[in-house]
Amino acid sequence: MKSNYLSIVLRTSPHLSRGLSVETVMRQVIYALLPVTAMAIYTFGQSAALLLITTTLTCVLTEWIYTRLGRQEPTIGDWSAALTGLLLGLTLPPAFPLWMGVIGSIVSILVGKMIFGGLGCNIFNPALVGRAFLQASFPVAITTWSEAFAPDRFQYCASSTLAAPFLRPMVDAVSGATPLAAMKFSHQTTIVGDLFFGLTSGSTGETSAVLILLGGLYLAWRHLLDWRIPLAIMLSVALFSGIFWLAAPDRYPDPLFMLFSGGLMLGAVFMATDMVTSPLTPLGVWIYGGLIGLLVVVIRLLGGLPEGVMYAILLGNAFTPLISRMTGTKVYGTNRKLLSWK
Amino acid sequence: MNEPIYSASAKHENFDCLVRGLWKENPVLVSLLGCCPTLAVSNSVINAVSMGLATTFVLICSSALISMLRRFIPKEVRIGTFIVIIATFVTVADYLIQAISLEIHKALGAFLALIVVNCIILGRAEAFASKNTIAKSILDAIGSGIGFTLAIVCMGTIREILGNGSFAGIDLFGPSFEPWVIMILPCGGFFIFGTLMLGANIVNTRQRAKAKLGA
Repeated sequence: MKSNYLSIVLRTSPHLSRGLSVETVMRQVIYALLPVTAMAIYTFGQSAALLLITTTLTCVLTEWIYTRLGRQEPTIGDWSAALTGLLLGLTLPPAFPLWMGVIGSIVSILVGKMIFGGLGCNIFNPALVGRAFLQASFPVAITTWSEAFAPDRFQYCASSTLAAPFLRPMVDAVSGATPLAAMKFSHQTTIVGDLFFGLTSGSTGETSAVLILLGGLYLAWRHLLDWRIPLAIMLSVALFSGIFWLAAPDRYPDPLFMLFSGGLMLGAVFMATDMVTSPLTPLGVWIYGGLIGLLVVVIRLLGGLPEGVMYAILLGNAFTPLISRMTGTKVYGTNRKLLSWK
Repeated sequence: MNEPIYSASAKHENFDCLVRGLWKENPVLVSLLGCCPTLAVSNSVINAVSMGLATTFVLICSSALISMLRRFIPKEVRIGTFIVIIATFVTVADYLIQAISLEIHKALGAFLALIVVNCIILGRAEAFASKNTIAKSILDAIGSGIGFTLAIVCMGTIREILGNGSFAGIDLFGPSFEPWVIMILPCGGFFIFGTLMLGANIVNTRQRAKAKLGA
């Protein structure tokens, strides 16, 4: 086995650069997330705002302290830590205790990113690493959903949000089931229009499909996002859930419900498209998206959990290096592929 | 086999045999041996302590016996012989724990019998006890055993405090403590194991860098 880690790889043109920096890309993604964030705060009020601020600040602070302690160049100026924090906050339930949010943010940055060597070296999406840690640590808190558009959401903050560190949060009397949980456990469907505009209960940022899609379109138009990834995921989810639906329409939800419910849109547009953790080649990207879509359908319909987007994307991330290598372009004049082991 | 020649530094050498296993060649944190029990039964302090003591007992006894018999064991069948000797002492430890506390025996489950294939014991037998005197082998076994016990108890403490809010069964934070379920689950074991190894590596790297600067 010969590593081509140090060998020089010549590529054909274009050699012109767009002058695109990491900072620009990250800032544009944050701009694209702003409508989603605003909708999250409008839907869930004070608790969601506090949670988003906490996760974002903690992520930036963690990265700053880490670089400070390691006597490295500070990297918080590239906005990636802020983006990770914002994304993590958007995947959590609105009334999630702030101290748990802080722990999730620290795990995201430390375990998800800095341990691998910082941005560009991580194998998993950092925000999802933090969320997976929280899901395994606090399974009750992360599946306690508060009602959308509660009348007193701007004056009053959920008591679980302000739970003292390391103590069990008090659960409010009013809580809403997410559309996916309602489907899984009591076979109630939600109107697709409500899912599309975000009038349902769920994680802070996942409810409004239309705003997420608008943000995605903006990024695709600016060429900051590979449009094939969300498209591949959505097509794959529609295809595989369509098969289930056609086989047993009374047991399984229809493909439209599958597409617009839960974290699928947020995951497909903003998480799976992370440049670091998705394959490099166009063909690889289709395989990657198709795999994630299949995993989402399998976990949601056949697994024990109502939602599976997080695990599906993390598993897709794990396959990324393999997919990149398998689909690498051939080096001109030789028989070997650009990213192959041989 | 050549016996080491007795010299003035022999005392120092014996001491080195004893302390080597504690930190510098810690079987778990540095050599990464015996990971299976370290990950599997470190979810509470009591389990960790009993596992550590049982392994140390088997390690000391088998090292002594193997060192005693090192001239009689044919080279070709040494691994099999080692396993038979180790299995004997594991059976003793198994019955011993069963007699002391049935609860602990149940909690440790199959991992008690699996001490037979613990790499630390076989590793010390193959690498040390089969080549050195009885006294040295016993010292080496004590060092490695305590090193293993320290590492697994360290993991057990962190996992039990975070995952259950208690230390050795004593409640620390009261009923409103929110347990970190992940710490009791296997993935929490991997998390803490990785974190401890990270800490050990940081300390060792700094020490090495300092020694280089001094030299």
